[in-house]
Amino acid sequence: MSGQTLYDKLWNAHVVHVEDDGTTLLYIDRHLVHEVTSPQAFEGLRMAGRQPWRLSANLAVADHNVPTTNRSEGIADPVSHLQVETLDKNCDYFGITEFKMNDVRQGIVHVIGPEQGATLPGMTVVCGDSHTSTHGAFAALAHGIGTSEVEHVLATQCLLQKKSKAMLIKVEGDLGAGVTAKDIVLAIIGKIGTAGGNGYAIEFGGSAIRSLSIEGRMTVCNMAIEAGARAGMVAADEKTIDYVKGRPFAPQGADWDLAVAYWKTLTSDADAKFDCVVELDAAQIKPQVTWGTSPEMVTTVDGRVPDPACEADAVKRSGIERALSYMGLQANTPITEIAIDKVFIGSCTNSRIEDLRAAAAVAKGKRVAPNVKLAMVVPGSGLVKLQAEQEGLDKVFIEAGFEWREPGCSMCLAMNADKLEPGERCASTSNRNFEGRQGPGGRTHLVSPAMAAAAAIAGHFVDVRTVAQSPLKAA
Amino acid sequence: MEKFTQLCGLVAPLDRANVDTDAIIPKQFLKSIKRTGFGPNAFDEWRYLDHGEPGMDNSQRPLNPDFVLNQSRYRGAQILLARENFGCGSSREHAPWALEDYGFRAIIAPSFADIFFNNCFKNGLLPIVLDAEIVAQLFRDAEAAEGYKLTVDLDAQTVTTPSDQSFAFNVDAFRKYCLLNGLDDIGLTLRHVEKIKAYEARRKVEAPWMFAQ
Ligand code: SF4
Repeated sequence: MSGQTLYDKLWNAHVVHVEDDGTTLLYIDRHLVHEVTSPQAFEGLRMAGRQPWRLSANLAVADHNVPTTNRSEGIADPVSHLQVETLDKNCDYFGITEFKMNDVRQGIVHVIGPEQGATLPGMTVVCGDSHTSTHGAFAALAHGIGTSEVEHVLATQCLLQKKSKAMLIKVEGDLGAGVTAKDIVLAIIGKIGTAGGNGYAIEFGGSAIRSLSIEGRMTVCNMAIEAGARAGMVAADEKTIDYVKGRPFAPQGADWDLAVAYWKTLTSDADAKFDCVVELDAAQIKPQVTWGTSPEMVTTVDGRVPDPACEADAVKRSGIERALSYMGLQANTPITEIAIDKVFIGSCTNSRIEDLRAAAAVAKGKRVAPNVKLAMVVPGSGLVKLQAEQEGLDKVFIEAGFEWREPGCSMCLAMNADKLEPGERCASTSNRNFEGRQGPGGRTHLVSPAMAAAAAIAGHFVDVRTVAQSPLKAA
Repeated sequence: MEKFTQLCGLVAPLDRANVDTDAIIPKQFLKSIKRTGFGPNAFDEWRYLDHGEPGMDNSQRPLNPDFVLNQSRYRGAQILLARENFGCGSSREHAPWALEDYGFRAIIAPSFADIFFNNCFKNGLLPIVLDAEIVAQLFRDAEAAEGYKLTVDLDAQTVTTPSDQSFAFNVDAFRKYCLLNGLDDIGLTLRHVEKIKAYEARRKVEAPWMFAQ
């Protein structure tokens, strides 16, 4: 018998019951809750007269709707206000731990889980949000669920699941300077497509993944869903354990030793069999920029906007034509000649401290280009913001002409007041460039934080590898 | 949940790949704390010429004549024909709620995004995967013949055309059982209360650190 994949190990450790057709009742260790996908679940729970199965498994935060300015004045939009208030009330009523809007620990749900140590290796982690795959960076089995499933997890602490197939994406070799985790994952999606991971749980491995920091691994796993996979994961190693140590929800004392001993087993066995293996050479990966309305519509910064005439497949050709018309782009335009109107540095993909440092290193001592109407930095959590301010990054950004905001999802999906106007073009560190994602008619180009900062300074996309960077003073 | 057994319904073809859940129901409508009423805003940005916000009177808004679902021949369609990777993107269950509220009971596509696929079953909406070539044929037929209907039989797991061509599809036995009987997952799971408790008892010994706050 061949060995087990990391996915097999995580799965097997959580099986409660299996139906004849393989449908499995899987135990859920951590349930993260936010305001958008939970109100109907809480309502269902109430109507059925049910209580949450295990309160301590839940952690809630409002992130999608919260304003990034003037927090003290509350939420101006009455509909957003009601949704956040509904979460507060539901958490108070049922007794669920919640970081309220003005708590310094508030932030994007996928940033605060790991930050608090609420996400631990070996756990099953779910949330009514597709980017829950982020937490797989800790050798956890983590994926997004719908609202019916949110209710199901609240009521039973379990989820009905069919096991996925296992895919290994191996990125071997050394990354070039200026090439980041974001570029790796965009290159992966460019290669396998947005449906490439459908039906799979992806493990990211290889020396380039191991060499990433935990935050970089979170960026990669975050976008597993954009490659079509519900779950992405990375094996545990010393970096994983070091990252978790000492965080508020992390185990302590004897529990810590027991946990660490287990976490060290959270890797795929050398003889484990995957249903599919994809390999990439890290040295070949360049900074990436998306040009279309799907994350797979991506190229390198030294590339050009594609020409639909060169696409043989009719469905794909019309997809490219529609994307170019929506994006207001001409075929064959060099990427570096695309001018931008706005810059957004933030989202659960790229709003952690290392992301802000990378962007600040590019922005330091420079000015945002005059054609850029707004360049904003939205830290992933109140604690990330605090840390950045202690390091002086806020000043670097403000002096360069960026706006420094309060934490939340912000212009990643534009459910709050931060949005693009129709036709505006944005360099964004978020994860989706769908039509209207950042505001109706808005045009999104996905890039890394350093690339976004470089574009803000130049006023158009520019190869960050050619841009001088300033060392940041350590705090 | 409404039962799903057999359906003979008008087919509407939506000829785009990678239709994402942001397109199915744009984010401004996710601020609702209810489960119903999303139908008039399904495909809002494609369907109307103006920008939609919650609380608008949708019957007064200008329709986009180029959007396929606005053609009168597809009014009342219950089966949506779609391309690859339908339902990708955000996990919002508002997407199947909107499609169901619009009147769809089944979606046929060569492939679906996983979370969306799962969410459909929880809402009495049947996602059917057929080969890309068969789907391409159905697109041609549905566009060619006005009033084109298909018959979906969940028990037999078949899709049948007006000319009696029948295509088999797969569906997990457990999901099929729940859909045929309109069963609620939570009720079913709670039959296993003892097993869940036994699992927790064992894990508290093996991995007590999982259960700390
Ligand atoms: S930052 Fe964007 S992708 Fe992440 S949870 Fe918020 S809205 Fe979703």
